[in-house]
Amino acid sequence: MVVEVSEVWKSYPSAEGRVTVLSGASLGLGAGQSLALTGESGSGKSTLLHLIGGLDSMDAGEIVLAGTRLGGLGDAGRAALRRGTVGLVFQQFNLIPSLDAGANLAFQARLAGRHDPDWCARLAQAMGLQGLLSRMPDQLSGGQQQRIAIGRALAVRPALILADEPTGNLDEATGDAVLSLMLDLVAQAGSALLMVTHSGRLAARLDRRVHLQGGKLAKPDGLAP
Amino acid sequence: MIRACLAALLSHWRRHPLQLATLVIGLAIATGLWSGVQAINAEARAAYDRAATVLGQDRLDRLVPEGRPLTVGDFVALRRAGWAVSPVLEGRTGTGLRILGIEPLTLPKAAATPGLPGLASGDLRGFLAGTLALAAPETLARAEIAGNLPSLTLRPAADLPPMTLLVDIGLAERLLSRPGAVTALLVDPAQPAPGPLPPGLAPFLARQAAKADDGLARLTESFHLNLTAFGVLAFAVGIFIVHSAIGLAFEQRRGVMRTLRALGVPARTLAALVLAELLGLALVSGLIGIALGYALAAALLPDVAATLGGLYGAAVPGELGLRPGWIGAGLGMAVAGTLAAGAQGIWQLVRLPPLATADPQAWSVSAGRTRRMQARAGLVLLAAAGAALAFGSGLWAGFAVLSGLLLGAALVLPAALAAGLGAGRAQAQGVLAQWFWADARHQLPGLSLALMALLLALAANVGVGTMVASFRSTFTGWLDQRLASELYLTAATPAEAAAIRAWATPRVTAVLPIAWAETPLAGQPGEVFGVADHATYRDHWPLLSALPDVWDRLAQGRAVVVNEQLARRAGLELGASLDLPGGPLPVAGVYSDYGNPAPQAILGVASFTARFPDVEVTRFALRLPPAGVDRFVADLGRAFDLPDEAVIDQAGIKAFSLRVFERTFAVTGALNLLTLAVASVALLTSLLTLADRRLPQLAPGWAMGISQARLARMELARTLVLALLTAMLALPLGLALAWVLLAVVNVEAFGWRLPMQVFPGDWLRLFAAAMAAALVAGLLPAVRLMRRQPADLLRVFANER
Repeated sequence: MVVEVSEVWKSYPSAEGRVTVLSGASLGLGAGQSLALTGESGSGKSTLLHLIGGLDSMDAGEIVLAGTRLGGLGDAGRAALRRGTVGLVFQQFNLIPSLDAGANLAFQARLAGRHDPDWCARLAQAMGLQGLLSRMPDQLSGGQQQRIAIGRALAVRPALILADEPTGNLDEATGDAVLSLMLDLVAQAGSALLMVTHSGRLAARLDRRVHLQGGKLAKPDGLAP
Repeated sequence: MIRACLAALLSHWRRHPLQLATLVIGLAIATGLWSGVQAINAEARAAYDRAATVLGQDRLDRLVPEGRPLTVGDFVALRRAGWAVSPVLEGRTGTGLRILGIEPLTLPKAAATPGLPGLASGDLRGFLAGTLALAAPETLARAEIAGNLPSLTLRPAADLPPMTLLVDIGLAERLLSRPGAVTALLVDPAQPAPGPLPPGLAPFLARQAAKADDGLARLTESFHLNLTAFGVLAFAVGIFIVHSAIGLAFEQRRGVMRTLRALGVPARTLAALVLAELLGLALVSGLIGIALGYALAAALLPDVAATLGGLYGAAVPGELGLRPGWIGAGLGMAVAGTLAAGAQGIWQLVRLPPLATADPQAWSVSAGRTRRMQARAGLVLLAAAGAALAFGSGLWAGFAVLSGLLLGAALVLPAALAAGLGAGRAQAQGVLAQWFWADARHQLPGLSLALMALLLALAANVGVGTMVASFRSTFTGWLDQRLASELYLTAATPAEAAAIRAWATPRVTAVLPIAWAETPLAGQPGEVFGVADHATYRDHWPLLSALPDVWDRLAQGRAVVVNEQLARRAGLELGASLDLPGGPLPVAGVYSDYGNPAPQAILGVASFTARFPDVEVTRFALRLPPAGVDRFVADLGRAFDLPDEAVIDQAGIKAFSLRVFERTFAVTGALNLLTLAVASVALLTSLLTLADRRLPQLAPGWAMGISQARLARMELARTLVLALLTAMLALPLGLALAWVLLAVVNVEAFGWRLPMQVFPGDWLRLFAAAMAAALVAGLLPAVRLMRRQPADLLRVFANER
């Protein structure tokens, strides 16, 4: 298993008191598998994604990522694990605005000391980005920025890709094209993919699909994953 | 509608109290520094005005000496010839107190000085007897004044200028040790002149038309201009903070403004509301600033008063009054500064289409273009400064050079920093290093105003610091040359002078008489000295340029040497002729004469005596072994009953001169420090206001595995690198500034030129101060970043929870 989530609880403070977002969520994802995480707005999909990526800490439960228990790691340990093990793709692209597209593409791989220029060149070619690598992020369209963000996540050849609504800011045709590309490249890299989406149509293109409701995960048909 | 719109707009400040504080603090500091300087200037000018109108100078014609000094005998001769004139004797004591001697019985009514009417009723006898004197209350409040005049009854007279004692002319003669001397004769306009001046006196008298004597105002103009320039610089630095805060507030409210426009609020109404909001903030901040300015001026005024007294002999009270002029000007500057800082935002708001994007990205997209335009404008200003230097003349040309230099360099700064950071990026190897440099470059648009403020503050520090240190070094060396004699003696009367001379001659190596007279030089009131032919002058006198046998020519009465001020003002080259009583003489040398605003010339003592036969020598310089000075002074004290101020030893004069010097520059030092502090606040506020905008730029790095602590360290290092690069650029700018101050402004303002010296140790200290300021400014945002909850960073990515 690349990631195992067991009985994870998470709540946030709010004006009305603490709001529980996850109440005993569990799932598992093996190498090369893809999983769509769906749910209503505010159901906790992004929160679960952030917990798995070590971006946030849980109140209770356990997450094991590539054989490492996240609960036992401090900020520096989680940062180190993210650098080499997790590729993140966000709806807002979140490129580094001060670096050009090429430097953004290679950023995490270089950060992790795993930069492979050939692999980056192949990724750029596969995503049709060759002519755009010297441009700054604000000189690229949304679709182009998202392709760079996906390339950045894949360049490090992570064990797990976490994608939060990666096509949410794109039109349907561009979104479909970007997802096809991502699935293809994830398969080539041998990574696992966990993607948060509102779209049933996009979710159907992944190997598995789970639904988050009332803080717990369930298959769409109501069975535990 | 208006109330709802205002509520929506003002809610921004409730949610961003730090930004509001930044705006208010920036504007208050800017107004405070500006109005503080204006308050000092207003106080000084009021004092000059009082001095200018005393004894009806603005209403009465005067007869002044021409060719030889006036005496009481001349006064008597004129009165006998039917001229309704009244004598005045004016001079300064060793403590700097101005003595104004009048003859109340003949004083014209138009000269009635407030306070004098009281003399008509009984006090006149005391005044005439020399036991009563008048002075301004602030003068009387000074303990040393009353202490030095124990035998006098001192009465307050509010409208007399500070540090001025109005006395009977007989008492003035004694206080000034000038028996029988008269400096001017007031002509009573109520009585017509009986005819032309008596033929025996006519060649030696000139009639001066009534006019306010603005001599002090003219002399001190450059000093006040310097202070005003500092005030403007400090104000500009403060306005950088305001501009930064207002700019950010506009940017963050673009969404609200777009929504208001979409909901039907006309652009002009919206702009008017924003304008009203800014005016309200400007008035509140301006009032706080005026209170700060008052406190600043009250703290600095004693030093300024000492400076003006030391440099120009101008008496300014050490206490500050509230004057409507500078309060109004301060508020006006606060409003004008706010409007200037907000003009761009309001202009954009008026032109904002209802469907314009609320995305602030567009701002950074155009940053590169703006930077290039700024750099071009900066280069044009630098070229204009060069043109003003090459073709301009006068003090204003000097300040035009300074303004062009400073403003031009500030505008070029972002482009220069971008180039430096780009070079750093090109050299960087690791991914973090590359990101570090690229990100620092990316921050420039947001930080450039604060960095410009830092550049100006540091350059002003280097420039003024270099000028002051050059001045101090030159001045100290000059004092050693100029004050070569071990002791200086002033006798009360010629008879006492002769007795002292006879007593001292066998006890010292040399007695050097110093003859002295006031006479116009090149059309201005000046001083002429007669000095002995002695190695003291030949070996030590600080000549800037001279003919080879200058001292021989002087001793033989064939030449004169002049001070640098006179040479520059009158355009006197070596060999040129200078008009003097008794006939012109060629100039054989020019000497430096720092701290003296008046023209001065030196003759051989024989030549002096021939030209000024009535002047009695009462001053001497004494040469003796330094080890014997204390014993000699003690013996002298036993032999003659001399007041303390009559014997001044070389060390005492040097200490006094250096004290005046240090106080002179205490004000510029304080303003320098304040300007640097303001620049540091500008940097801090810019970093704090940028902190929220930085989060989306830093969060991806954190998400990809860079810890918060490391990100915080990088943020701090980025601030330090930007400050260091700015400091490195400020150094050459500051040196250029120092050169302009020493070679252009000082020459125009004071009439002398100082050699420029550099002090790398001072630069290192300033660099350390700049880095400390940047560290203080960068530490708080870095610590806040390090302590951010992950939830804050996640908000950058999260679409929902």
